[in-house]
Amino acid sequence: MILLYIVAFILLCIACNQLFKVFELSRDLRGEPLYKVTDSDNQFSGRTFLLFGIVFFGFFFWQLIEWGHKLLPKSASEHGEKIDALMNANWAIVITVFLVVNGLLFFFAWKYRGRKDHKASYISHNNKLEMIWTVIPAIALAFIIIFGLKYWNEIMKKGSDPNPVKIELYAKQFDWTARYAGKDNEFGIDNYLQISGANSVGLDTNDARCNDDILVKNEFHIPIGRDVEFQFRSRDVIHSALMPHFRAQMNCVPGQVTSFRFKPTITTVDMRKDPQVIRNIEEINALRAKRGDDPIEFDYLLLCNKVCGASHYNMQMKIVVESEADYNAWLAKQKTFKQVASK
Amino acid sequence: MEHTHAATLHGHDAHDHDHAHHEHHQTFVQKYVFSQDHKVISRQFLITAVVMAVIAMMMSILFRLQLAWPGEKFAIFEILLGKKWGKDGILDPNAYLALVTIHGTIMVFFVLTGGLSGTFSNLLIPYQIGARDMASGFLNMLSYWFFFLSSVIMLSSLFIEDGPASGGWTVYPPLSALPEAIPGSKLGMTLWLTSMTLFVVSSLLGSLNYIVTVLNLRTKGMKMTRLPLTVWAFLITAILGVLSFPVLVSCVLLLIFDRSMGTSFYLSDIYIGGRPLEQVGGSPILFEHLFWFLGHPEVYIVILPAFGITSEIISTNARKPIFGYRAMVGSLIAIAFLSCIVWGHHMFMTGMNPFLGSVFVFTTLLIAIPSAVKAFNYLTTLWRGNIQYTPAMVFSIGLVSSFVTGGVTGIILADSTLDITIHDTYFVVGHFHIVMGVSAIFGMFAGVYHWFPKMFLRTMNKKLGYLHFWLTFIGAYGVFFPMHFLGLAGVPRRYYTNSNFPIFDNLVDMNVIITCSAILAAFAQMIFLINFFYSIFRGEKASQNPWRSNSLEWTTPMAHIHGNWPGALPEVHRWPYDYSKPGYEEDFVPQTVPLAPGEEDGGEH
Repeated sequence: MILLYIVAFILLCIACNQLFKVFELSRDLRGEPLYKVTDSDNQFSGRTFLLFGIVFFGFFFWQLIEWGHKLLPKSASEHGEKIDALMNANWAIVITVFLVVNGLLFFFAWKYRGRKDHKASYISHNNKLEMIWTVIPAIALAFIIIFGLKYWNEIMKKGSDPNPVKIELYAKQFDWTARYAGKDNEFGIDNYLQISGANSVGLDTNDARCNDDILVKNEFHIPIGRDVEFQFRSRDVIHSALMPHFRAQMNCVPGQVTSFRFKPTITTVDMRKDPQVIRNIEEINALRAKRGDDPIEFDYLLLCNKVCGASHYNMQMKIVVESEADYNAWLAKQKTFKQVASK
Repeated sequence: MEHTHAATLHGHDAHDHDHAHHEHHQTFVQKYVFSQDHKVISRQFLITAVVMAVIAMMMSILFRLQLAWPGEKFAIFEILLGKKWGKDGILDPNAYLALVTIHGTIMVFFVLTGGLSGTFSNLLIPYQIGARDMASGFLNMLSYWFFFLSSVIMLSSLFIEDGPASGGWTVYPPLSALPEAIPGSKLGMTLWLTSMTLFVVSSLLGSLNYIVTVLNLRTKGMKMTRLPLTVWAFLITAILGVLSFPVLVSCVLLLIFDRSMGTSFYLSDIYIGGRPLEQVGGSPILFEHLFWFLGHPEVYIVILPAFGITSEIISTNARKPIFGYRAMVGSLIAIAFLSCIVWGHHMFMTGMNPFLGSVFVFTTLLIAIPSAVKAFNYLTTLWRGNIQYTPAMVFSIGLVSSFVTGGVTGIILADSTLDITIHDTYFVVGHFHIVMGVSAIFGMFAGVYHWFPKMFLRTMNKKLGYLHFWLTFIGAYGVFFPMHFLGLAGVPRRYYTNSNFPIFDNLVDMNVIITCSAILAAFAQMIFLINFFYSIFRGEKASQNPWRSNSLEWTTPMAHIHGNWPGALPEVHRWPYDYSKPGYEEDFVPQTVPLAPGEEDGGEH
């Protein structure tokens, strides 16, 4: 068998070699060198660029239509609505530039394809034109910068709510722990030297404020309409807490506490009724049925978004948004740090 | 008079007429291995970069297979990666991360920095400024051999037991500092750090040489305002490299200390492998600052030479002067300057002070202005031209398209408010691959097709060149355009599989389109490789000035001679972009043609 392959390979090599020789002979017999670009080359390339431009734009709009609903559903947080509005305004500018400049490029590529009897115009510069296309982008950018920074400052400043829900998201390879501040609504301090099996997030047992703190895994709940103030810590490497449906993200950096704040506006149950969410979940469940997997329901998720090791891709936690009453009832059922530790 | 002038410019000229004899005394090793000739060194860089690019491209195909069909068995994993990393045709998650990391490292540093600048700065700076060779042939040789050594060390890390570095090409600590965190942070990371340090040595030796050569060895009449834009781009790139690469060394050095000597520059309060570490007081954010102080200029170190190359090629083949020569130089300088003060836009989500973030938003978005000037000037150069579609020209137009398409999404990412949602998602992957990966590699391909006659005295096959371009162009957009949609759907980058999250399940068709496009693009590169290596030996012989171009390299004879010009160095009388100038029979006027009485030099305005 192997011998057959070898023989076939050698024959192929010989055939190729002969082919190349014929090609080289015919090439050298021609008067004009082959590398010289002819009018028909220019015709071909110019037309193909124009055609490519049309197909490329077609591909772009096809993606928008075909995949538009697969993008993140409407924002489930207050500041996220602002982000989405700003995103759409920026897209309007950006897509216009993309279409106009690419369109002109492909059009010029076809229109000014070379012809033998033709000579290019000698135009080396035009200060007025250059001024125009320096100033217009500058004005557009001024708008983008002003609105971007206005929202940025609003999102990143401290919340007005004097009594926000306080949650700490603690990351380690490869899971999340959420800590609630408990009755006193104050986190106890932490000390990484005290980390152990029973004290997985390293709370300082000398600090009495730790006792009523509540630690949960797998899923955490937040009440709708309240400011939620997150702080983030990491045990080992850099992780990043991404909560895409709330347009929220912050890195978790070992040795450092970072923070982010948002106000959820849509409960999990209501989000499941969103037409876009329903359509996506139907598609997903159809795919799952084909594979023999159980159907799923929509849930908000916390993902890890900074490469952190082998199971980076599998570091998730469910988020439940519910009414304040449901939230309080759920929280009351959770054990405090003291209850768990004294067991 | 002319002779003495040239002699003061360059020592070699003192023995102008001995060149013919001089050459015969070189041994094979001196001539082709430890050569100090810029033309040979340029080819050494190119061939090394081609080999590295093929390896990095194959890696991308492997991890793309995994992403499109997660959990599916591919025998090729076991064949190429062995029993440990591809057991039974299933890719190991650590191997996935290693592939992603080394793919990025090789492409960014070894192909698009070493390969692009190394090849074309070496080839074109002496040729286009009218010099016999680089200012220091010896340092130039060292530059290549450090590059070679660093490539070998990087590749050797693929063969060690725990595998190569695998924390992403940005190697953020503590992941990269702690062997307990990931197997790639054992010996593989040490080799990565060693390789990168040597790479920086190579880059510095090269860059200093380029700067000195451009400033000191220009031939008579070659004023700075008469330099081709290629040389301007190489000069500015080299300056940028000298300013930023040393910071990477300090960044890497501190990481080496943290890894092996118990310091805590980047480490604090860490509990890993069942025990707390002693290190307290460091900050991983310090690493990010130092890394991106190089890392951001680095993307411009990659793209500026590509701009230079395409400016030259577009002007030549549109048979028109480059539109707004001074604006082109000005925008190169502006981009290079701004690129040094924007690094924080990689760190909006690190918990950095939001005010500091605002400053970086402002500086970053400013870069859009000189970039827009470049795009519009390319367009106006094509306008009312007489475009000759050589393979180099189609790639150059491809670069303009990909630079615009990838550039505009940068405006979205630079906005810290919007970055909250899309930071570290596939949106970023799509953006930087189009704007710097595809654009820069198109620039490199354009340069290879255009200056192949100067490198190998032959030409590459035109038709295969077109085929290579169109398949690559279609493939590249097919790979990276859908990634924006993945990112906007919330999919994080560097995930071994997306199907662990049922909410991403219905995005699988995007991943299949991406992978199929990647395979198509990889196939197109096979066409290039065949064309490239075949043409080196048996390609059609080129005439002295095959593209009817103005710059000085085309006045050298079709032979590789020591010192480039057999007689005296040419004298320059005009800028390099007098194409289709009224009053001349031909549609090009080489730089060596004296100005007619009363004629104005095109660059003087």
